[in-house]
Amino acid sequence: MQLFVFICAAVMILAGAVGVIVRSHPVHAALSLVLTLFGVAVMFVSQDAHFLAAVEVIVYGGAIVVLFLFVIMLLGVDRAESLRIDPVKVQRPLAVIVGLGLFGLIGGAIIEGRKTLTARGTGLDTATDAASHDSNIKQLANDLFSNHVFAFEVTSVLLVIAVVGTVLLARRPGKSGPVASAAEVAARTESTTGASAK
Amino acid sequence: MLAIDSLVEKLGLATVLIVLLKMLVVFAVGLVVTMFMVWFERKIVAGMQNRTGPNKAGPFGLLQTLADGMKLIFKEGLMPDRADSFVFRLAPYLAFVPAFLVWTVIPLGGDFLHGKDGTIKIFGHRTFVQLADPPIGVLLLLALSSIAVYGIMLAGWSSGSKYPLLGSVRASAQMVSYEAALGLSIASVLLISGTLSTHGIVGGQNSLSKWSVIATGVVPFVIFMIAGTAELNRPPFDLVEAEQELVGGFNTEYSAFSFALFFLAEFMNTVTMSGVIVTLFFGGPQPVKFDLGRIHFNGDIHLGPFSGTVWFIAKVLVFLYVYVWLRGTLPRLRYDQLMNLGWKVLIPASLGWFLLLAAQRVASDNDWNKWLVSAISIVALALCAGLLTAAVRVSAKNRDREGAMF
Repeated sequence: MQLFVFICAAVMILAGAVGVIVRSHPVHAALSLVLTLFGVAVMFVSQDAHFLAAVEVIVYGGAIVVLFLFVIMLLGVDRAESLRIDPVKVQRPLAVIVGLGLFGLIGGAIIEGRKTLTARGTGLDTATDAASHDSNIKQLANDLFSNHVFAFEVTSVLLVIAVVGTVLLARRPGKSGPVASAAEVAARTESTTGASAK
Repeated sequence: MLAIDSLVEKLGLATVLIVLLKMLVVFAVGLVVTMFMVWFERKIVAGMQNRTGPNKAGPFGLLQTLADGMKLIFKEGLMPDRADSFVFRLAPYLAFVPAFLVWTVIPLGGDFLHGKDGTIKIFGHRTFVQLADPPIGVLLLLALSSIAVYGIMLAGWSSGSKYPLLGSVRASAQMVSYEAALGLSIASVLLISGTLSTHGIVGGQNSLSKWSVIATGVVPFVIFMIAGTAELNRPPFDLVEAEQELVGGFNTEYSAFSFALFFLAEFMNTVTMSGVIVTLFFGGPQPVKFDLGRIHFNGDIHLGPFSGTVWFIAKVLVFLYVYVWLRGTLPRLRYDQLMNLGWKVLIPASLGWFLLLAAQRVASDNDWNKWLVSAISIVALALCAGLLTAAVRVSAKNRDREGAMF
């Protein structure tokens, strides 16, 4: 049963990952990413990490990819791109090198740590204690809010900084004085396009 | 695998049959309930507007929805030229499937009389009257509502025309915004219940004073109700289908069966949201028990294993009526009002209330003076609220001076 679930989820993950790269349409690529995320969530469930699975779907599937789609739709880049054109020439060879490097790293890590991967550690056993329904979440919360509380707080500060930064960037430059009205902007763009046409 | 039903010790033919039976019942009941919900809503709204409503198909027009559904199935499904055909076909299912899946974790009944734990016996096996009781329970609801956003968003985008796109951007922005307030008010309930499993949440609310609506102090319930209505895109938050502005919203280009799926999902979401409200705040299938000296009632309505279901249906009907009532009486909000309400009122209020409940919890754990802690936290929260109002006022003034950002 475990093997069957693993194969299904692995097929989902790989199909999604290949789809992200191969599909030339940004929206289709984003949807393939959702497929991958769901596959990972299934993997988590089959490993009894229910909370991680839920968070994976809520945060990554429900918020981050929705944000991607918003940006794609609102910026109007939702057109298929040709994969033949390469805007930056070094990009592809570099991508191949980085990809191989990453593959090597992960492979090395698996070979190096194969003993700890196959052994049932104490951490996993206690986290999936069958006696309590919510042990998964309780363990996670205890660990996060006691051992790693400082990192947790710093992360939230980072998020606040990101929000403030976004607001600052989105503000128009030149705080004082009224900003150009839409008509003025239109007139300005018209004059510049007219000039370039001449 | 035990996550499907924590009472099942090993998989046998009987347990598999029970799960299959439950699936079938949940699916059929879900569809039938939705059908009657459409009829119910049309009848009640008709009554509020001095009309008769559907009265031709079947007794009291009960089969009207069935007739409409048949008609939609036999119609031709059109697809716009500029539509993205794969996503256009996929989107209705993305809206419909999550609406159905919510039913799996809602406790639909059970025997809670005299302090029993809500299990019933089928074929000699003890089981819950709910399809699944996963450890993440309530989080599944949030996950599904975030998947439902995809259905609406992609439907609007893949139609390849302007009005559906605008409608879907509006709808998904609204749903994403209100999800935060929804989640924070659920968090208050979880703080009281101490478990994520829906069965556990229901089990803890075994007397009137332990119902979460009272135990959490009503505010989370009010916020959940408002945010839930916005999440459903129902009036007064139905800007998604503001006919004057957007033709028909995200589903303008849909016809025939795909449209039927959206329609079904919308009404099913209303029913499931009522079910979720009852589960989280009103004890789900728990009987109403009260003891006022001479008048007392222990909730026994002499129906054995079905009593929980009867209580559940009775409670859900109240909320279904409230939803229809809101639709019949409230005018639609403007878009900026909707966003202001969501971000500047509901999210801070639900967060503040959550912190207040958490402070009280810490106080009771450490044997501190409950009243002193409450007073201090209320003062602190009032200060924060004042600061927030001041900030909002300053930014409004700046906006007036500099013009809108976008």
